[in-house]
Amino acid sequence: MAGQSHIFIAAPVRTGAADALADLLETMNAGPGTADPANALLPFGSIPTIHVARFVILDDPSLPDRQQIAPQLPATEPLRLAFIADCDGTADQLLSTLVQLASPGLRRIFSYCSDFDAQADLLAWLHAHRIVSAASYTNWPGRTMTQVREEARLHAALRQTRLAHPDASPEQLRGILLTAAQSVALSPLPVPTFAEKVAQTGDFLLLPLYALLLSPFLIPALPFLILLLRWRETHDPVLAPVPSIARNKLLSSIEDQDVTNQYSAIGSLKPGLFRRWLTVTILWIINWAGRHLYKTGRLGRVNTIHFASWTFLDDKRRLFFGSNYDGSREAYNDDFINKVAFGLNVSFSNGLGYPQTNWLIFDGARHEQDFKRYLFHHQIPTQVWYKAMPGLTTYDFARNTRIRQGLKANLTGSALKAWIAEI
Amino acid sequence: MAANDEAADIQALAHRGFSSLAGACYLLLRIGNPALAKPWLRTLDIASLAQARAKRLPQVCQIAFTAAGLRVLGAEVTPEAGFDPQFIDGIAGDANRSHRLGDEGANAPANWYWGVGEQEPHILLLLLAADTAIDGLAQATRSAAQAAGCTVISSNNSTTTTPIGREPFGFVDGVSQPDCDWAGTLTPGGARDRDYRNLLAMGELLLGYPNEYGFIGDYPRDHELGRNGSYLVYRQLAQDVTGFWQWLARQAGDGATALAERMVGRELDGAPLPGLKPAKIMGTTDSRNAFQFAQDPDGHVCPIGAHIRRVNPRSGDDPNGRHGFLRDLISTVGFSGTAMHDAVASVRFHRLLRRGRPYGPVISPQAAMQGARGAQETGLHFVCLNANLARQFEFVQGAWAASAKFAGLAAQQDPLLGNRLPLAAAQPTDAFVYADAAGCPRAIAGLPQFVTVRGGAYLFLPGLRGLARVLRDGGADGDGAAGAAE
Repeated sequence: MAGQSHIFIAAPVRTGAADALADLLETMNAGPGTADPANALLPFGSIPTIHVARFVILDDPSLPDRQQIAPQLPATEPLRLAFIADCDGTADQLLSTLVQLASPGLRRIFSYCSDFDAQADLLAWLHAHRIVSAASYTNWPGRTMTQVREEARLHAALRQTRLAHPDASPEQLRGILLTAAQSVALSPLPVPTFAEKVAQTGDFLLLPLYALLLSPFLIPALPFLILLLRWRETHDPVLAPVPSIARNKLLSSIEDQDVTNQYSAIGSLKPGLFRRWLTVTILWIINWAGRHLYKTGRLGRVNTIHFASWTFLDDKRRLFFGSNYDGSREAYNDDFINKVAFGLNVSFSNGLGYPQTNWLIFDGARHEQDFKRYLFHHQIPTQVWYKAMPGLTTYDFARNTRIRQGLKANLTGSALKAWIAEI
Repeated sequence: MAANDEAADIQALAHRGFSSLAGACYLLLRIGNPALAKPWLRTLDIASLAQARAKRLPQVCQIAFTAAGLRVLGAEVTPEAGFDPQFIDGIAGDANRSHRLGDEGANAPANWYWGVGEQEPHILLLLLAADTAIDGLAQATRSAAQAAGCTVISSNNSTTTTPIGREPFGFVDGVSQPDCDWAGTLTPGGARDRDYRNLLAMGELLLGYPNEYGFIGDYPRDHELGRNGSYLVYRQLAQDVTGFWQWLARQAGDGATALAERMVGRELDGAPLPGLKPAKIMGTTDSRNAFQFAQDPDGHVCPIGAHIRRVNPRSGDDPNGRHGFLRDLISTVGFSGTAMHDAVASVRFHRLLRRGRPYGPVISPQAAMQGARGAQETGLHFVCLNANLARQFEFVQGAWAASAKFAGLAAQQDPLLGNRLPLAAAQPTDAFVYADAAGCPRAIAGLPQFVTVRGGAYLFLPGLRGLARVLRDGGADGDGAAGAAE
């Protein structure tokens, strides 16, 4: 089955080269922070399997926090350039395509990295700098760009037809719309093979299996772990500084160009093995849940995320979080706090300075002001962001799929009206 | 402490609309010389809530300041001092904000009558009086302001002919208002919040009180400058009454009123659309307000994109409501319900207390359909109060009213307020979708722009002690001998 892959490539930037690199990346943009699909360095638009992609310089504004509240952590970390993409097919396929299509541009971009060798094999270099993200989330695993594009064309054609017949009855309109739909080519949707289904089930069973295998150790340790958690929760310092207006302007200047926004954030984990392994465990579960529980447009109750990922850096001392979400930043934050505060708390409360949680899932993000400030403190500008389908949200994609499904169904009465209402 | 106990420190507007005072003047001033302006401003009789509760006031003056105004008067207006960053930026301070608020195209701040550059106000004086007295009061206040070195930027009188409570398109307005916890008895949190309620924590309206999250948000705490204050949003909205009704008549003929009522989401007289079942809602006594949309999740009765459904979707924290611990838990982790029915939740964090009034000549729908036009512009002085501009006003205006993707819809902005500008990739925003009387789904594209923004400002409406602090000689921050002026 044609699944989606997440790819994260990162390499340290040469000392003093970050500004020049940012200038180069800026040449890829058509608007503030928004990639030109046909830019000369990496023409994203020529790669039909890419859903979203970005170049981001991982310049961590929160590193000085360590001196303040976690002096046992190193004071500095490497400044990296990251290329992050979500695509149909495998990561290997995407890398090969990138090298085929845009070697000169990629070489130019990565030449700002300290360990880039102009003579070296680019594909091998990219592979060597790939970091497998600890967790990634896809709004609708299995929905390819082909499907998205074709269904968007279908919707556009049907909408035009519907608007041209304002007074038709639903039954009349149904025939007219079915005729109009015939002019839109729809590739058959891939059906998972038996082997893929078996593999999927096996993957699903991993969590119960691990839980079972680890339970002899975890259950006796649980009281101790809970005490440790409670002690940490009540003693870990919170760091949520008042946002700077200038930095907010910088971040917002590259937001809201489309109905969807990019989000990039970086920060340190709280020091110590406990937080480290708690994070590893939680992200493993999130990754598993994204593959098996949240596959049809909803991550918990949040319905607006196209893709999201959590990636460890620097021997798990730091975590990068990136997402592609619908709506504006403030609305996204609110939606998150109000719908999945518990999820934010489990996935981010191991971050240095996170607002105080209780029992891992309570409070935390519910400290709205501190939480928003914490997020802001860790958000970094994304220099180049590409989204294959501007103007369309996750709701649009899901609706277009429902409209397509309605072509085949035998619709009458209220079901027919509901189908037409969505067009 | 309950806000009721501090009524003497709170400007009356926070709990009174003064609909019995039919005359209103929105006086926007720029300060020329603070040393001259302050003594005059100190002489103004700013009505407190306690006064308004004690007796019927024949005239009322309320005062609010922009960030620029506070700075001129010597206050430190920074995020560190506790002021809202959006207030500091101003409503037109940033292209990204203007984009989110829909203030582009004809709505762009560059086209405003007032609000930017030399036309940015420092002070809003809201004067209210009887019809017959407002002109005199306005004239006297303008003269005094000028004598104190202030420049009058705009002196908008509200109409004296439209009955208060009806907006220029002809609909009864201001029906739905949140009620605030003046008695200090509400504790947000817990399963109850899964249901919609109309009673809000005091901190959603006034600074210095716990909000719906149960926390006191940042506010200017130095000398309690911000306590009992609020943020006031003032937008002057021109309404094309003739264009609105003529378009409706072309679209729907005899059904023009019915279509308009679906666009608004209420009947002309303010009643909910027939078919919405009455519901018991905490914090509501008005029968015109005792309904929810939960029984109409797909908008068969009230379109999802209708104006009142956008600006208050009446949803609790979970659209599945409250059904006991286990079912609530299943819903919380996202295993019940659908994305489509869970696009908008937790309205308790996004409510506004509105204090707007119409202006300009009254044009009845019938006359408008026949092409009647007023001699002057018609519109609304939109005024609302909230404690957190980003989470309340900007969220409602941006994510709900201006967004073409509200509640998972496509191509539809607020049918009244939308600027109809296309999105990225030329995605349209000018549609309206509804079900007709027979329940048939109908879609209209090509809605014109009916409402145009003419001006706007974010202002700080201080408590009376905070006001005294702002107006003392020597600045709000200092501790000098001038403090005796308090």
